[in-house]
Amino acid sequence: MSQPVSSIHARFKLDRAGFSLDVDLDLPNRGVTALFGHSGSGKTTLLRCIAGLERAPGALNMNGEVWQDATTFLPTHKRALGYVFQEASLFPHLSARGNLEYGRKRASGGMDRKALDHIVELLGIGPLLERRPDQLSGGERQRVGIARALAVKPRLLLMDEPLAALDLARKQEILPYLERLHEELEIPVLYVSHAPDEVARLADHIVVMEAGRAVAAGPLTETLARLDLPIHLGEDAGVVLDAVVSERDAQWQLARAIFKDNPDAGVWVRDGGHAVGHHVRVRILARDVSLAITRHSGTSILNILPGVVAEMADDTHPALALVRVNVGGAALVARLTRRSAHDLGLTPGQIVYAQIKAVALIG
Amino acid sequence: MGLNPAGFTPADLAAVWLTLKLAGVTTALLLLIGTPIAWWLARTRSWWKGPVGAVVALPLVLPPTVIGFYLLVTMGPNGPVGQFTQSLGLGVLPFTFAGLVVASVFYSLPFVVQPLQNAFEAIGDRPLEAAATLRASPLDTFFSVVLPLARPGYLTASVLGFAHTVGEFGVVLMIGGNIEGETRVISVQIYDHVEAMEYGQAHWLSAGMLAFAFVVLLALYTLNPSGKRK
Repeated sequence: MSQPVSSIHARFKLDRAGFSLDVDLDLPNRGVTALFGHSGSGKTTLLRCIAGLERAPGALNMNGEVWQDATTFLPTHKRALGYVFQEASLFPHLSARGNLEYGRKRASGGMDRKALDHIVELLGIGPLLERRPDQLSGGERQRVGIARALAVKPRLLLMDEPLAALDLARKQEILPYLERLHEELEIPVLYVSHAPDEVARLADHIVVMEAGRAVAAGPLTETLARLDLPIHLGEDAGVVLDAVVSERDAQWQLARAIFKDNPDAGVWVRDGGHAVGHHVRVRILARDVSLAITRHSGTSILNILPGVVAEMADDTHPALALVRVNVGGAALVARLTRRSAHDLGLTPGQIVYAQIKAVALIG
Repeated sequence: MGLNPAGFTPADLAAVWLTLKLAGVTTALLLLIGTPIAWWLARTRSWWKGPVGAVVALPLVLPPTVIGFYLLVTMGPNGPVGQFTQSLGLGVLPFTFAGLVVASVFYSLPFVVQPLQNAFEAIGDRPLEAAATLRASPLDTFFSVVLPLARPGYLTASVLGFAHTVGEFGVVLMIGGNIEGETRVISVQIYDHVEAMEYGQAHWLSAGMLAFAFVVLLALYTLNPSGKRK
């Protein structure tokens, strides 16, 4: 993956009772960047500082345009951004259409009708436009909120846990729309989330926040495969790989997804109905990967990939170790007991077979 | 002592008209003055919020005669406001309609400011933030988001401000006296009738006031349940 041009520079320092924010970040100007961390890690505060909704000493440079520095503080309504709040926050006195029009007619260079129609269609809110916010479901409100933010044609889209207030079913309803947006949007998106599955599905880049600090930042696939990170994902530790559907097996209802970083390797997954050539993501959790020195036969495991041990590190529990295995250009992380790692005599550079028990196909 | 079949006398009708004019002008002025005060009280984190809020609420607990007395002293020929109005060539305000309006504005201030303040506080930060992210300036936000959302509060404030001004007596007596067509409002007119033992006339006006107050409050509570004062 080529490194994108860094064009958003954000530096903030804020000290409050019981909370401090201290970040200095270069953010890519394309794709979705997840601001990931537990609640209280400062990710929402950082987002609000970028929007100008919160005032913290620092600097913010957006594609060469100064939004904040020692002498400047551009008020929120003069920043070319769109903001999606956690609970949609539609204006209750306006219809869905009135909400969309509110920002569009105020923004110089807001969306033209045709572009807005396209967004309305993309988010599936056409039939809802004449309704009032209290006549919409939570998921529908959030889709209108997203369209409203896009209608001002922002140069940066900020999303503050847009799915957190929704139940699982509503989340599943919105995620496909967000994925479509992800494919079409040409502006950078900062997406605050504490949910690893959302990050795995949507993000291209990730900034991991902890106690008001950015402890790691980089492309998603590389960053998740790092073992030195204090990402306490626990059971959610694992990698996300970009892949392409290369063949479908009608007899067994399986599809083969080959890795973009190593087209010679791939995994068989349950056929999700995607056509050959479709871009997908696969998520492989560390706990679902075991390692063997020799290739086993007579096993139920379908996906066994040869690779090279790249790195080993202690996991959060003293009985466990994390091992990064490079499969060509793609990396997997396996969680083993330290005893197993010792018994196998694992060392970096060694050839191993990664046995993948479960693969989740996302997107 | 039944109702006088003759109904209202011309003097009664003059008092009714004067009362409605006073309440109307006062309410309009209060909405203009009360809006920024209520907005400031709803949004500020300043130390002054407490003292200012207390001053605004004073007419709720003070005897109207006390308010009337101090206004009389302040606006009288030797008071600071009196000196100022005299230097402008306006004379002094007590015992004029204008003086009555000034007094009524003070007297009814909390009845307008408090519903507005409650309405503004109920809106919260989020709609203002959402409007800012949609390119609305603070002034634009006030007119396009705050005013529509605070409409129940404005209805309550107008009705209470108007009704309370219609019902004032002590302040009027202190500052306005009893000049027909200038300061003699309904409540003073009723007092005059009772003093003169004209109970029939007093009934007509009193029953009218009672019906007015009931209808106004009924309308307020049925049309605007969310705007009810706590």
